[in-house]
Amino acid sequence: MLKSFPLLLALAAGTAAAAATPAALLQGYAGQARQADPAFEPSASRGAAFFRLQRAAASGHSACTDCHTDDPRQPGRTRAHKAIAPLAPVANPERLADAAKTEKWLGRNCRDVVGRPCTAAEKADIAAWLISIR
Amino acid sequence: MRNHLPKIITLLISFGVSGWLFAGDHEEGREGGGLPTVDNNAWRAECGSCHTAFHPGLLPERSWRKLMGGLDRHFGENAALDDATRKAITDFLAANAADRVAARRAHKVAASIPSAETPLRITETAWFERKHDELGAGVWKRKSIGTAANCGACHPGADQGNFDEHAVRVPR
Repeated sequence: MLKSFPLLLALAAGTAAAAATPAALLQGYAGQARQADPAFEPSASRGAAFFRLQRAAASGHSACTDCHTDDPRQPGRTRAHKAIAPLAPVANPERLADAAKTEKWLGRNCRDVVGRPCTAAEKADIAAWLISIR
Repeated sequence: MRNHLPKIITLLISFGVSGWLFAGDHEEGREGGGLPTVDNNAWRAECGSCHTAFHPGLLPERSWRKLMGGLDRHFGENAALDDATRKAITDFLAANAADRVAARRAHKVAASIPSAETPLRITETAWFERKHDELGAGVWKRKSIGTAANCGACHPGADQGNFDEHAVRVPR
């Protein structure tokens, strides 16, 4: 028991650090964006446009909508035909509720679709849009 | 309990032998040489979020190691993982790979791959091609299937590594 106690503590701390609410996650990205631009305010409409923008990416994915569909309340589908749970928190309470998971997927998918990592401002805009969907 | 032990052992052995005897080349169910049930949370969560969590016994260890070494360009997509998760999944895949587990199906997969080759796609192995040679190219393109990587479209037990032919239902 004593031996496993530090491990349990570490696990609890890790869980606490990873868990978030969509609002807290948005605040985090907005805060990061303000370091570069103190006047930054998240914009849901900019987020929607960013999500739907057609690009010429090397991966062959030309827009977020390729896999996620145009409606974040609907499930999407990967190239290998696996279902993707909806992105909008209103349709899927697990979305934007785990900072590490959100970072992992934005880290991968921005490189594939946009061709580079997304900026904190872009992430804030996407989060603002997804949160605004009812 | 102790008195029943020899009986139980005899029973288990006879089941094992009969399973082996009755499992011909066209029936490789779980007891007949099918892939062993294996599980790993990271493997299921990470690999399984984009595609079927392909059973480790479907490729040899060298294939899994090569594949896991190039996750930032995974069949054209970025599937990068943190080092700890990547190592955990690699260890799991390697330990249960086609050339590491004692199951007839795994042996057949491994034996179908020339030793100088390191395929990254299960669909490129001679074993896979032989097993699916009766299907026309159009079958994979059906809306209900989409791609040969979509094992679960026809194999309901694919996520558990169960590819028993009797359970196969090819959707229209």
